[in-house]
Amino acid sequence: MSTAFKINGQQVSVNDAGDTPLLWVIRDTLGITGTKFGCGIGMCGACTVHVNGRAVRSCLTAVQDVAGAAITTIEGLNPRGEHPLQSAWIRHQVPQCGYCQSGQIMQAAALLKDIPKPTDADINEVMSGNLCRCMAYVRIKAAILDAAAVMRGKKP
Amino acid sequence: MSEIFHRLNNTAGRATPGLTRRGFLIGMAAGSAVFGFAGAALQAAKGGKTGQVPGQTPAGFEPTVWYHIDAQGIVTININRAEMGQHVGTALARIVAEELEADWNSVRLRYVDVEPKYAPFVTGGSWSVFNSYYPLSRAGAAGRIALVEAGAKLLSAAPANCVARNGRVIGPAGEISYGEIVARGDLLRTLSAAEVAALPLKPAAQRRLLARETRAIDIPDKTNGKAVFSIDVRVGGMVFGRPLAPPTRNGAAVSAIDDSAAKAVPGYLQTVRIKDPSLVVDGYVVVLAENWMAAMAASEKVKVTWTAGKTAAVTSEKLAEFGRAQIADQAAGTYVINDEGFDHAVSSAARTLERNYSTSLLMHFQMEPLSAIARQTEGGHWELHSGSQWQSLSLPVLSKSLGVPEDRIHMKTYLLGGGFGRRLNDDFVLMAALAAKASGKTVKLMFTREDDCLITSGRTPSVQKLRAAITPDKTIAAFEHHVAAGWATEVIAPALLAKGVGGKLYDPFVVLGAETWYEFGKIRLRSMSNTLVNNTYRTGWQRGVGSGFMNFGIESFVDELAREIGQDPVAFRLAHLRGKGKNAGAPDRSDGGALRQAAVLKRVVELSGYGKRRLPADTALGIATTTGQEREMPTWIACAAQVHVDRKSGVIQCQKLTLVIDCGTVIHPDGALAQAQGGALFGLSIALHEGARFENGQVADRNLDSYTPLRMRDVPEMQIEFARNTYRPMPMGEPPLTVVAPAIANAIFNAVGVRLRELPLRPQAVLAALQSRT
Repeated sequence: MSTAFKINGQQVSVNDAGDTPLLWVIRDTLGITGTKFGCGIGMCGACTVHVNGRAVRSCLTAVQDVAGAAITTIEGLNPRGEHPLQSAWIRHQVPQCGYCQSGQIMQAAALLKDIPKPTDADINEVMSGNLCRCMAYVRIKAAILDAAAVMRGKKP
Repeated sequence: MSEIFHRLNNTAGRATPGLTRRGFLIGMAAGSAVFGFAGAALQAAKGGKTGQVPGQTPAGFEPTVWYHIDAQGIVTININRAEMGQHVGTALARIVAEELEADWNSVRLRYVDVEPKYAPFVTGGSWSVFNSYYPLSRAGAAGRIALVEAGAKLLSAAPANCVARNGRVIGPAGEISYGEIVARGDLLRTLSAAEVAALPLKPAAQRRLLARETRAIDIPDKTNGKAVFSIDVRVGGMVFGRPLAPPTRNGAAVSAIDDSAAKAVPGYLQTVRIKDPSLVVDGYVVVLAENWMAAMAASEKVKVTWTAGKTAAVTSEKLAEFGRAQIADQAAGTYVINDEGFDHAVSSAARTLERNYSTSLLMHFQMEPLSAIARQTEGGHWELHSGSQWQSLSLPVLSKSLGVPEDRIHMKTYLLGGGFGRRLNDDFVLMAALAAKASGKTVKLMFTREDDCLITSGRTPSVQKLRAAITPDKTIAAFEHHVAAGWATEVIAPALLAKGVGGKLYDPFVVLGAETWYEFGKIRLRSMSNTLVNNTYRTGWQRGVGSGFMNFGIESFVDELAREIGQDPVAFRLAHLRGKGKNAGAPDRSDGGALRQAAVLKRVVELSGYGKRRLPADTALGIATTTGQEREMPTWIACAAQVHVDRKSGVIQCQKLTLVIDCGTVIHPDGALAQAQGGALFGLSIALHEGARFENGQVADRNLDSYTPLRMRDVPEMQIEFARNTYRPMPMGEPPLTVVAPAIANAIFNAVGVRLRELPLRPQAVLAALQSRT
């Protein structure tokens, strides 16, 4: 059985079983490895990607359910890796080990689409599903607030 | 404990004599300048022609090369430490570049694969910066001297009239870049061991890089998906493996494997038994398939029958009971310290205070589940790909288990998706290698998160007894601390056990932090190896190691002791941090001694408003202070935790953490701050949110549904301040977490008057304690 969808703007078709988690299709079948495996039960957020613009946990999403959808991974968030969040992540020196950061950034990007001017509480609410074991939370939050301001027109 | 550094270099890897004991050689190779230790072949290389490639001279020049500069002036610094979030590459490169007077924009990092010339390979203990500071500073200084001399020649100036700045040599009538010197110069310079040892390092006032802000070199690739972790690696022809764990970590044997149902899974290949001559992973089974999904599916269908080892019925309670019995037995264990006159001091005292504390098993829970790739290559060589922290310790074990000499085992290094000490234990790499050996295939072994927790090497549970003898005039005449815990070092690296009283062995990492800087009279410190812990799982080293759990006991007890004699806990601490005698500190290692600990404590009191600020009901500040890892490399830390306790639910809310840290020269200030922020929150997570149970000899909490580290919503307000001085740089990776749990426990007492002595600090325990008081 083949499933066709778009990933990072490119049309692809894969032959994995329909119930294969999208995470493993992205990582192993397509060889795009910025999206990470962390817990496998949707509770760490390391595998977060966008499906039609919505943040989803790809470890819990069956590939058959994304037929015809447009998927974006960290590699496709911005062609030069210069999404305001990515730039803010560097300005604030957010990553430590870095393993969870693709998921953090993808979750944050969806957050800012929904709530362009988030409060502290909004960020806590949305981002608490993403575990960072290095506990770089203070910087994650600061970078989101900064990126949000940049997206509203503030000079970085 | 001072021997650890020395022994580490001599037992846990190929001995790499320090720079000070060997000369330094600068030469040309393949169009670039190389800077490294000069070995026995120094004389041969001196006589050799420039342009020869190190390692290829007839006399066997030993190119232990730390960095090189090419004709474009690019300085590439070789990093033999694991990059796991601490930005160690940036810190080490700053140290080299400072003395080299390199242009920071021209500095590149190269994380080297495991080769004897770069050994030892160990990233742990918070040792990296501390141990590398002098060798790498002198390596930089030696290079600068050679470049100045060669540059002066090209500028037709006297070296004494030239200086190096920012990648250039500047003379009275002109200047030349390092790249041009390398392109045109005839660099060949040796410095004898004596010359190297005498190399003066810059006075702190002349530093241009250290203690100045910079960005971490490893960060950009961690924002765009380009960073490569070992789980991302693919090699040709590899198959995927998932482990099946036996009912007990040790002593189990496979009696039957039935994979008939698995054969229906497309892509399923075979199931192999792991037979390990080193016994580290003996009894495991690995299910192999063409892809990971098939390996997962097949692993659910393979039926393995094991005979269990002796620990099949172990529970957390039994582990603690075992430890308590050891503590009760005066003859058990090793006295690490047993001051003469201890018993007399106790018997002459007016009274004693005795308290017991315990801490639970913790998971490392590094975000990247463990994985490794193993393949046998031609000529009986092995290629291993993994994210590891202590390859120098693993190599002899791999060699024994695979039955090949160490020089045929080639370990490739990658970024680590978190380490926290889990990857000091390479049992997962060994398992991959033995699965590859058993199957004759190239195997990528991957753990699910559940496997990762089940095959834990987490922080040992501990039980502790503390007792102090109090004189009629309320001074402390004697202080004793007894601990029973798993001894990871005994299991994984027995050569590193230390010798206590009477030559008896002990695990030096378990008692980290227990040799305090307080003047508490006669001291007794005794450590028991909880052999039931050691047998039940492969106990390991976790961030902070003993300093994490010993300080929960010590700093909780010190508060209790102060209350017992009617003093304020801060005043009590300061009265006993006087910097006298053995607490005066040693030059270069612990300058200032206990007075620096007193200074950070005073400062945290000022910043937090402890004792001055009025707080709402059931809200209070608690104080603790710790000194990091080995007593020979103290990082002085004090913490004030502001906590609110809800009397109805027992919920403990940490509202603010204030930390003051004195780690000497702060090599990479923003990196140090990141370690302090993350480390303190890691400590808070341990205090309130973590803790795993053992049931039926196995870890019961295997994923985030029941193992619940701190999330963003739990982050308190944080204020962190570093002392500003120019002492030798001290560790930052682990120390910040060690101070938080006792500060929280002390704050809980100050808020609602109940004392919790079991970590993690649970709402149920608060409620039970509140009820028992009424």
